[in-house]
Amino acid sequence: MKQLIIPAILGITLMAFQTTPAKKTPVKPAVTKPAVAATNPLKASMERGKTVYQLRCLACHQPDGGGVPHLNAPLDGTSTVKGNDKAKLIRIVLKGMKGVEVDGEDYSNVMAPHADLLTDQQIADVLTYVRNNWTNKASAVTAAEVKAVRAKNK
Amino acid sequence: MKKRFSVFPLLLIAAGFSSFSACASDSLKINSPVGVVADADNAGLKLPAGFGALKVAEALGKARHLTVTEQGDVYVKIMGRVAEGKGILKLHDANGDGKSDATTGMGNYGGTGIAIKNGYLYASSDEEVFRYKLNAQGEVINPAQAEKIITGLKKGNQHETKSLTLDNDGNIYVNIGAYSNSCQEQDRQPGSLGRMPCPILDSAGGIWKFKADKLNQTYGNGERYATGLRNVVGLDWNNQLNQLFVMQHGRDDLHNIFPNLFTEKDNAELPAETMYALKKGDNAGWPYIYYDPAQKKKILAPEYGGDGKKEGGKDAIDPVIAFPAHLAPNGLLFYTGNMFPAKYKNGAFVAFHGSWNRAPLPQEGYYVAFVPFENGKPTGKWEIFANGFSGMESGVTPRSAAHRPCGLAQGPDGSLYVSDDQKGTIYRIIYNGK
Repeated sequence: MKQLIIPAILGITLMAFQTTPAKKTPVKPAVTKPAVAATNPLKASMERGKTVYQLRCLACHQPDGGGVPHLNAPLDGTSTVKGNDKAKLIRIVLKGMKGVEVDGEDYSNVMAPHADLLTDQQIADVLTYVRNNWTNKASAVTAAEVKAVRAKNK
Repeated sequence: MKKRFSVFPLLLIAAGFSSFSACASDSLKINSPVGVVADADNAGLKLPAGFGALKVAEALGKARHLTVTEQGDVYVKIMGRVAEGKGILKLHDANGDGKSDATTGMGNYGGTGIAIKNGYLYASSDEEVFRYKLNAQGEVINPAQAEKIITGLKKGNQHETKSLTLDNDGNIYVNIGAYSNSCQEQDRQPGSLGRMPCPILDSAGGIWKFKADKLNQTYGNGERYATGLRNVVGLDWNNQLNQLFVMQHGRDDLHNIFPNLFTEKDNAELPAETMYALKKGDNAGWPYIYYDPAQKKKILAPEYGGDGKKEGGKDAIDPVIAFPAHLAPNGLLFYTGNMFPAKYKNGAFVAFHGSWNRAPLPQEGYYVAFVPFENGKPTGKWEIFANGFSGMESGVTPRSAAHRPCGLAQGPDGSLYVSDDQKGTIYRIIYNGK
């Protein structure tokens, strides 16, 4: 039973972070199952992140997170995606990028900035999702972390 | 083995041509009467009856375009970050079984374009074009002596490869792809509108023509032969018609940029990949229009006020044939050989690299198509000629595809060569039917 209590507290903490500024919300609000959120906040964030991924990321990064050789960077197995520099990942989502080298390979396509397209929570959710989907396993990203990076990069 | 095929009689015919006489003895030695034999599994490809395929070489890296000498050696251009002396690979078959026995390399630059014309090998990086003198055996005389014939070509984000072809009057045609999807103010940004006029077209988004034998040419020395072409990778000079044909990669992201106007299904099915027969001064309409294969019309792009129905591009040419969206035509070759049955002669092969931007709908392509021509025009019907490159029946993604067809070349015996830039396999397709 004790194991359930900690996630429950975390869940409540995460819910508190959801009151982040939502300038524009073109993406449909993610459907959160309260029961899941209460018992497993990571799973809930993953679920919401999956929705964001499908709407905003999948077209380029593909269902398998493999990207497109030479064009769109892969997310599955990518060191930056799985790494500890979460601020770097958050900046990429907020500001987009023009071409990137990933693990010795060049990807030339343009990624649009998402600062005005996604809320802090949506960015946290989608990054948590890509950091824990396919073969990736890394720590979650919180809306507070996104908020901090957004403020610094204004 | 029924698949056994002898190139010996064809070589005897070929040896009769004067251009061949100097090296006929070499050719006969290289292609011994033992003959070229298809792999037992046809190299994993599905082909029409009577055709077979073998893997000439494997694991060459990002094998883009390729060309075959009169002696049967294959030069392959490698893309991306190449190791020193590995930008162009030469495959040599010493014992005549069709398989490469020796790979040698030269050139320190990655790139896509490669061609042989009038005793020179031409090859491109993403900004320059070089040429190398060949000896009578079709070998580069001095790999260190590259003549830089074109330099300073625009290279931006996406569509940076410079594919090339040559005519019979001493000119070379180079694609300079648009460094943009649809010339938006903010590339690929949802809702962002198009720049008017599109400033990219001054130095990209078209085909530029240069002299094949002059050094250090750049924009000022060449001419914009055709414009309004978003990106061309596959192109070929049609010697029968004496005309340049190109395959355009159509624009992406109609739904992702304008979700209120286009559905995910529209996104997957629009616009067509298009083949154009170009004349000097032609405009194919990018970025202002795209070609809708269902309506068979040039449609005003949503970045420029279009809604999926309004027509546009009154001054723009029509494609000679349209293919399904996003298949990514990376290779174009007019077949002039005598090995294949008569219906293939003067028709076009197109290597479709395979789509990525049909997601979340299933991806398409990853095959080589054949486009029959009659009286210098496509008949309107096309067919899948070689399939099975991806190794998957369904659910293919660009990463999961085992192979992706990219370049096409014709061997002196009429074999069709196909490169794969996913794993670096070189295929040779032969006809052994009666």
